Amino acid sequence: MTSPAQPPGAHLPEHPDFLWDNPEPKASYDVVVVGGGGHGLATAYYLAKVHGITNVAVLEKGWLAGGNMARNTTIIRSNYLWDESSGIYEHSLKLWEGLEEDLGYPILFDQRGVLNLAHSLQDVRDSVRRVNANRLNGIDAEWVDPAGVKEICPIVNISPDVRYPVLGATYQPRAGIAKHDYVAWGYARAAHAMGVDLIQNCEVTGLETSGGRITAVQTSRGRIAAGKVALCAAGHSSVLAKMAGIRLPLASHPLQALVSELLEPVHPTVVMSNAVHVYVSQAHKGELVMGAGIDSYNGYGQRGSFHIIEQQMSAALELFPVFARAHLLRTWAGIVDVSPDASPIVGLTPVGGLYLNCGWGTGGFKATPGVGDCFAHTIAHDKPHPFNEPFTLERFTTGALVDEHGAAAVAH
Amino acid sequence: MTFRKPTGGEIDRHTLLRFTFNGVEYTGHPGDTLASALLANGVHEIGSSVKLGRPRGIVAAGSEDPTSLVQIEAPFPEPMLLATTVELYDGLVARGLAGQGRLAPEPDPARYDAKHEHCDVLVVGAGPAGLVAALTAARSGARVVLLDEQNQAGGALLGVDEYLDDRPSAEWVGDIVAELRTTPGVLVLERTTAFGMYQDGFVLALQKRTDHLGFAAPAGVARQRVWRIRTKQTVLATGAHERPVVFADNDRPGIMLASSARTFLHRYGVLPGSRAVVFTTNDSAYCAAIDLAESGVDIALIADARPDAPARLATECAARGIEVRAGQVVTGTEGPGRVTAVSIGDTRIECDTLLVSGGWNPVVSLFSQARGKLRYDTELGAFVPGEELDTVRAAGSATGELDLNACARQGREAGSAAAAAAGFTPGGQVPLPVSDSRCTSRSGLVVWRVPGADDASFVDLQRDSTVADVLRATGAGLRSLEHIKRYTTIGTAHDQGKTSGMIAAGIVAEALGVELAEQRPTTFRPPYTSVSFAALAGRDRGELHDPVRVTAIHPWHVANGALFEDVGQWKRPWYYPKPGEDLHTAVLRECRATRESVGMMDGSTLGKIDVQGRDAGRFLDMLYTNMMSTLKVGRIRYGVMCGVDGMVIDDGTVIRVGEERYLVTTTTGNAAKILDWMEEWLQTEWPHLDVHCASVTEHWATIPLVGPRSRDVLAAVAPDLDVSNEAFEFMTWHDTHVAGVPARVCRISFSGELAYEINVTAWYGLAVWEALMAAGEKYGITPYGTETMHVLRAEKGYPIIGQETDATVTPQDLGMSWAVSKKKPDFIGKRSFARVENNRTDRKQLVGLLPVDPTVLLPEGSQIVETDRLPEPPVRMLGHVTSSYPSAALGRTFALALVRSGHERIGETLYVPYEDSLVPVTVTDSVLYDKEGARRDG
Ligand SMILES: Cc1cc2nc3c(=O)[nH]c(=O)nc-3n(C[C@H](O)[C@H](O)[C@H](O)COP(=O)(O)OP(=O)(O)OC[C@H]3O[C@@H](n4cnc5c(N)ncnc54)[C@H](O)[C@@H]3O)c2cc1C
Repeated sequence: MTSPAQPPGAHLPEHPDFLWDNPEPKASYDVVVVGGGGHGLATAYYLAKVHGITNVAVLEKGWLAGGNMARNTTIIRSNYLWDESSGIYEHSLKLWEGLEEDLGYPILFDQRGVLNLAHSLQDVRDSVRRVNANRLNGIDAEWVDPAGVKEICPIVNISPDVRYPVLGATYQPRAGIAKHDYVAWGYARAAHAMGVDLIQNCEVTGLETSGGRITAVQTSRGRIAAGKVALCAAGHSSVLAKMAGIRLPLASHPLQALVSELLEPVHPTVVMSNAVHVYVSQAHKGELVMGAGIDSYNGYGQRGSFHIIEQQMSAALELFPVFARAHLLRTWAGIVDVSPDASPIVGLTPVGGLYLNCGWGTGGFKATPGVGDCFAHTIAHDKPHPFNEPFTLERFTTGALVDEHGAAAVAH
Repeated sequence: MTFRKPTGGEIDRHTLLRFTFNGVEYTGHPGDTLASALLANGVHEIGSSVKLGRPRGIVAAGSEDPTSLVQIEAPFPEPMLLATTVELYDGLVARGLAGQGRLAPEPDPARYDAKHEHCDVLVVGAGPAGLVAALTAARSGARVVLLDEQNQAGGALLGVDEYLDDRPSAEWVGDIVAELRTTPGVLVLERTTAFGMYQDGFVLALQKRTDHLGFAAPAGVARQRVWRIRTKQTVLATGAHERPVVFADNDRPGIMLASSARTFLHRYGVLPGSRAVVFTTNDSAYCAAIDLAESGVDIALIADARPDAPARLATECAARGIEVRAGQVVTGTEGPGRVTAVSIGDTRIECDTLLVSGGWNPVVSLFSQARGKLRYDTELGAFVPGEELDTVRAAGSATGELDLNACARQGREAGSAAAAAAGFTPGGQVPLPVSDSRCTSRSGLVVWRVPGADDASFVDLQRDSTVADVLRATGAGLRSLEHIKRYTTIGTAHDQGKTSGMIAAGIVAEALGVELAEQRPTTFRPPYTSVSFAALAGRDRGELHDPVRVTAIHPWHVANGALFEDVGQWKRPWYYPKPGEDLHTAVLRECRATRESVGMMDGSTLGKIDVQGRDAGRFLDMLYTNMMSTLKVGRIRYGVMCGVDGMVIDDGTVIRVGEERYLVTTTTGNAAKILDWMEEWLQTEWPHLDVHCASVTEHWATIPLVGPRSRDVLAAVAPDLDVSNEAFEFMTWHDTHVAGVPARVCRISFSGELAYEINVTAWYGLAVWEALMAAGEKYGITPYGTETMHVLRAEKGYPIIGQETDATVTPQDLGMSWAVSKKKPDFIGKRSFARVENNRTDRKQLVGLLPVDPTVLLPEGSQIVETDRLPEPPVRMLGHVTSSYPSAALGRTFALALVRSGHERIGETLYVPYEDSLVPVTVTDSVLYDKEGARRDG
């Protein structure tokens, strides 16, 4: 029998004894944040902390942070191609680096690095281009050859004899993972402690406006007046915006993820591959956490199709033959809000006092602190923060897109 | 000491199997699981817990067991299997785990596969309800699939010693299975677990085909198979799991579910110990106690939490000298490892076994996955299917019914309803068995836990989560079971809360003072039991991970030493090195030969789409930025396609084959996407257009013949064809014969040289290629690959889609305003060209770059900056190098780049950060070779 001196799960931090109260909604708030995911909670937190706005409610239709925040694969990185993206994601990464202390919550932020593999000559060109851009933007980035990949993550199969051999990778050492629930609860607890009301089982069903300004939200728990309303509803953003007559260029898709059972440490970093489509890390407890691409159809069902899982398993075994006898333990799906250029929409709307934060699609977890900070600024000043200035809704009419999709072809 | 009974059980006592566990050798028998064999040897401690390192034993006999995690080491390492589900084989080496498994570094030699199955009625679970359901459906003529995770049918009957219709239940089971097996259209699968239920009757099941054979598993047979079952109707006869009760120190080895002990006894002939205390809240544990007592286990006491013990069973116990105490609960146990004593209030009883029963949890995972609503059954203390779905019915104890006869009746009803819903009329009625069972009353007391040391009262034994953790979670402000699951990690281990989930919900409801009926159970997620990655990957590995596409000429490339590049799924010759050559020297040679004499390449991978119909021209006018409907039959036009955002997505030539027929060429990597794109527009936006598209890529072998001597070579192999410039103009095509084979020859050029593209039926590709090689020999004809093709086109400033473009580049940015029609009223992307952003003059535009030092080769992907010194980041970037090559024709290196305001910067010096220096480069026009186009006509 194995009885190690220290059981493998002994080192994981506990949650605190107190998180939050469950108040009845008040009749009115200065700011109502719709959606109690990571972004909504972070926004409320920075509103209170940075701007001193504490008469704030976060309205969540289900359980707090039970949407994509509870379902994502927690990859954090800032090695995006375009200046606009690297601006906001790097701002976020810097906040991550101090977040545990800031929130006083063990969020298990772990800068174990992220490898983005290249499998074709064009992948190599695109990767080198991104590394060069990152460096000039002051973001840590390296191009590593296959031997370098193996050094960073010894279990990656770099044999040239596979279907799509690994030709190299970009590496961001400061990238990593965190524990999503801990992050959400850290924000929620801290926001609550500063006076923010966290209201669960409270679905927003209508937005009231008067004279081109938002005045209130209608909810499953009654009408709540609001000076300002900030939408942080991820996959349901278009549904909410429509309540104010705003049509968003978003498509909601299922995105699945999965975990294995607990395994001894084998995977020291995060590996992402777009060509052999899968991305993998090993969480603190030991489970392999994996994801791949979105399901192609639209829907709000929080359930994907099984062939997506099968494909990602075959991709995983191409890259990591050692996973063959690991077991799939649990699969699930979230609903991601994909914008035409795969970049977010954060800013003002045609309706006064109504603010929009959506379109983060498959990659908004990493942005949680950054967007929370910038969105709170936007709400407090009725003016975008410089980091989210490029991410307007108007860009889809002006054409000032920030197309990470086509150019960098890296999701999550 | 052995705990194996001399008789009984479904094991083969005549055969001895040797196995090693935690380094010690033991024996068992065919029919054993690893767990039963260990128990037979008196081994109860399996591993230790993940957080606290406490010893862990065997709690249940099946896949619901929360604790008996083992690592298989031989025949091949496999982590995190339950000893209760590993069938024993000779030579097995395993060890208990501390909550984490180990992956083998060596490659898994096993094969895996997948199979599709279509049926009318799928029955999951081959217990009494499932058997009757399956037979009922089968007798109606429906195609039936019956599957069960066990190695034999029988379900709950396997763990009891009961008679049905006055004969051993196994006989009744055997008869039904025999009839099923001989009924055409019926498939019975053992060792097969339905693990996922998806939309529209799509059910995934995993069959373990050779695991139980161990070293004897035949190499050629897939070890595991994923069944992808599409069924019209499903009957879930998935049974129920016994539920424990939580009390202080309830996690010791030797503490086992009562029904599981009964299973070990009847199925494997194994006794759980010598002296047992039984703690129950319902009738079922009485039968376990009585059976065990009859097999020689000393039952010290039955503590029944109910105020009154069931009279008839109590009498039976009394007759066997078993003491029953009603209104009593277990309040603690002693160790240190395996249980040595149990406290019931002030009474302390020494024992080596504690059997527990807290009632039954119907297995509703698949029903819930099918999005069926669950209902809390107060009497049972569990969630049960709360509705009947159109295509999914539950039957048997999966509904909370515990009486065998009633379960079988439900099976019959569900089987017949399912068959009827699938369109079948009833066949012969299946008689319902009459059982002699006497422990199946539903009247239990719902007890989640016995108050006591909360931090030693384990709810989830695998995650080491206790009552204290649950109370801490509710105290922290958490209300939702999903939150509490996450806070405590209850139900997140390998068993996904099969035994712990309901109890956690109960304790939460108690703590919050709410009704369980108002609580939503946590979501059941696939898979029901864990599935190996390799099984899911099936055969889609290695070569088969993604189909390898090769052209008809591929064998020649291989034979002639080509190195290959992956482009999409295709293997394309990259270059053909001669001995001693590297990429650059080979490519310089290939380029020179082509520009100076003649070269050829295999262009068969280019996508080809046959577009036909009355509205084909109109359709292509909408797809391309330029006009295609005006193209004359016999002529060819180059075209650009944009997305709705006005960004280039593909390019290629369009041939007008006939009045209502075009042949469209796409880039190699985009062929499927463009066909999709066409279909999307045709099916969603323009269904009124009479257009049909078909991929014909594979039908053709395509050979560009390039260079000043290409005309001579073509003339030699195409005697019917007038190859003169006058008779065969640029951008026209002719049907003719090449090397005796019908061919379509197009005069197009992607290099600036005189060139012909020879298209023949793929069958003849290799022969025609060889004929061209022979005919070109006297001109030194040189085969070249994608790299040379890239250099030749780059010298001419022709972009490669996906290399010069990245979904942010317009035709205008590429200097191709000429390809954007000003006349057409509309086409995809047109509106976007009117946007502010598209009309900025400082967009990134395609230009050439000449390093000031003509020997410096810029790395592709380099960024471009304005100044010869780098400021602190963020540095303003003007663009990037898209392509970069040494050029034989130019006698120097050159590059293409996208540069902000590039067209205005021609002549300027910019800088490219390269390693530690900044390389000065001169911006030029993108066309660097033969600007006048003098070489096109030869
Ligand atoms: C499987 C998966 C993997 C992912 N992996 C990564 C990754 O590795 N890295 C990364 O950076 N990102 C990842 N993402 C993306 C990331 O999870 C999201 O971009 C991000 O969580 C979105 O912000 P959020 O946390 O606020 O969203 P959510 O948590 O979804 O919050 C939105 C909330 O709004 C609520 N809501 C909706 N409508 C209403 C209404 N009418 N009234 C009240 N409340 C409402 C919802 O219930 C929900 O709780 C992944 C996503 C998924 C699904």
